[in-house]
Amino acid sequence: MAVKKSTKKPNVSADELKAYYRDMLLIRRFEEKAGQLYGMGLIGGFCHLYIGQEAVVVGLEATAKEGDSRITTYRDHGHMLACGMDPNGVMAELTGREDGYSKGKGGSMHMFSKDKKFYGGHGIVGANVPLGAGIAFADKYKGNDNVTFTYFGDGAANQGQVYETFNMSALWKLPVIFVIENNQYAMGTSQQRSTSSAEIWERGKAFGIPGEAVDGMDVLAVKAAGETAVAHCRSGEGPYILEIKTYRYRGHSMSDPAKYRTREEVQKMRDERDPIEGVRKLLLEGDHATEDDLKAIDKEIKQIVNDSAEFAKNSPEPSLDELWTDIYAEA
Amino acid sequence: MEEGTLAKWLVKEGDKVSSGDIMAEIETDKATMEFEAVDEGTIGKILVEEGTEGVKVNTPIAVLLEDGESADDVETAKAEKSSAPAPAEKEQSSETAPTAGMTHPEPDTEPDWPEGTKIKQQTVREALRDAMAEEMRRDENVFVMGEEVAEYQGAYKITQGMLDEFGPKRVIDTPITEHGFAGIGVGAAFGGLKPIVEFMTFNFAMQAIDHIINSAAKTLYMSGGQMGAPMVFRGPNGAAARVGAQHSQDYAAWYMQIPGLKVVMPYSASDYKGLMKTAIRDPNPVIFLENEILYGRSFDVPDVEDYTVPFGKARIWREGSDVTIVSFGIGMSYALEAAEKLAKDGIEAEVIDLRTLRPMDTASILKSVKKTNRCVTVEEGWPQPSVGSYISSVIMQEAFDYLDAPVINCTGKDVPMPYAANLEKHALVTTDEVIEAVRKVTYK
Repeated sequence: MAVKKSTKKPNVSADELKAYYRDMLLIRRFEEKAGQLYGMGLIGGFCHLYIGQEAVVVGLEATAKEGDSRITTYRDHGHMLACGMDPNGVMAELTGREDGYSKGKGGSMHMFSKDKKFYGGHGIVGANVPLGAGIAFADKYKGNDNVTFTYFGDGAANQGQVYETFNMSALWKLPVIFVIENNQYAMGTSQQRSTSSAEIWERGKAFGIPGEAVDGMDVLAVKAAGETAVAHCRSGEGPYILEIKTYRYRGHSMSDPAKYRTREEVQKMRDERDPIEGVRKLLLEGDHATEDDLKAIDKEIKQIVNDSAEFAKNSPEPSLDELWTDIYAEA
Repeated sequence: MEEGTLAKWLVKEGDKVSSGDIMAEIETDKATMEFEAVDEGTIGKILVEEGTEGVKVNTPIAVLLEDGESADDVETAKAEKSSAPAPAEKEQSSETAPTAGMTHPEPDTEPDWPEGTKIKQQTVREALRDAMAEEMRRDENVFVMGEEVAEYQGAYKITQGMLDEFGPKRVIDTPITEHGFAGIGVGAAFGGLKPIVEFMTFNFAMQAIDHIINSAAKTLYMSGGQMGAPMVFRGPNGAAARVGAQHSQDYAAWYMQIPGLKVVMPYSASDYKGLMKTAIRDPNPVIFLENEILYGRSFDVPDVEDYTVPFGKARIWREGSDVTIVSFGIGMSYALEAAEKLAKDGIEAEVIDLRTLRPMDTASILKSVKKTNRCVTVEEGWPQPSVGSYISSVIMQEAFDYLDAPVINCTGKDVPMPYAANLEKHALVTTDEVIEAVRKVTYK
């Protein structure tokens, strides 16, 4: 059983590294724009931004193949963008419009894409964990080698159903990767104040599930650990746990008193550990890209995000008939 | 009600009226009704004289003039400006809280099987097992999971023999972990399988209710129709015998409330069989509420290949003209027993078995109540609210004029289930209570 932190760096090409930079930047800029639209009253309700955690989904998506599934809780915009869902459709869902992924009926917390095998978008902390194991169960039942990335937070890691799921996943050798996105705060309660164990992934040992802790501010470390996990699952060895230590810069949701941590703590993380700045540095210092190359990427991303905001503002509200559709599938 | 007598005009031509003013009294075979203006204006012309009998529903009885119109315009304006018609027989009120995807069409009165069909006697237990096994032979994506379903052969022997036939891949023993395995079942349904999740009893499904409702019932809607959970949650529901408060609850009224779920609660073996097959094929999450006491009871079951029963169609077990008794599940035992006893006293009850609670065949209830003018509902669940209280509201909103007595809901008592045999008997609904309720509504 692997017990040490992942330190090995995968050998990635300059193009791959640039792609990670681009994908992380897309999430960052998209989320910033979502925050603005929220402030303008165009997005309502709950809206949980992914800023700071971008390396987690980008690193893991780099290890996925066609056919793999993903499912997460409600801090889900990053996961959707990383698996290739259309920013226009995601933003239009945030504004509650008919061109959104759920025709405006799901909102920030409930988006899905059958096409990309993104199974949501779930609002009940911990509930997506057995759901993810169930998707993996279906793959095993059908006899393919797909895996399911099941993301949840350090807060969800204290829900009982997570351990019910660990038990059955280990018992039945389900091809599920449990990704604990440990951003250190369950809403406003720090890990030290809520969680008896410092290393959450070690809880898997009780079920015979291997795992490891990973530096979530380093996309290459995430990718390397993801490759280990994916190889384990695909070979039929059962589940694997990745506890990815990350950090969110923004509040839990758009209404966050920000009393539970200091401004200095957040700033320090941004200055010293930012995942996007880290890759930017690697690209420039390794002569894999020029400032102009990166500027071109920045410009492209800015355009995509602005377009998505325009699209989301101009998409019409769903027709009132939509109130009554999609409650039952036609028998 | 199709016609009435215009008993009295309370206004005359030239009078100004406003919305809500009573303009006329109309007598029908049921009652005298006050007839109100629905708009403000002047009575331009009275079209039906006081004392006229046999005025049909929807016949214009007067013309209401708006400002600027005169009585001379009456002929041309007739069509639009006719004062509201005589009290209409409303098939469906727009005031009724809409139930998603469901309307009250004409009831389907086709019998479940044609006359001359070969019949066999089967227990509910056997019928359920046959239904599941037939569907598992038909579709390899159907599997059953739950506590003790495989090697133990089912805590109530419903899955007896299924492990032998289908193997451990498709008949899966779970640990005692309802929340977790219900969630895995829903995930498997998202992933394209058709799970049958057995709860040893629905009392344990309270551990899993978040997945039943938040994950299974709501996902189709939340995803804009992209994905849902085609699956069956099944197991015994309600009281067995002497198992105490935590193992005796009837959840019919709970699940019936949830848009996105279909809810089935059969009584007879043929319905257990036909409805289970329909449930497994349905692309939505279905709650299939069984009853432990009924498991061993035998009924006629048609001996045909692929027998199915559609959702949303009640079965009339007994026709009668004096009172409608509506029930479902084991409540039917009390309803039918009461009807037999009442018949000896000359009271003929029509007994309706709803079979599915969502969609509910309210059309059949309304049709029957319009004939009998009286209704009693029977169930073992608690009263606040009960399935019966929903039925009462539907009748009140859509057949109020037909009622000759308030609807009575016979339910379990509003107490946790006691253990002592005598107390338990009293906590449940009884046949005597059903009889008493019928006497009350028929004034006999």
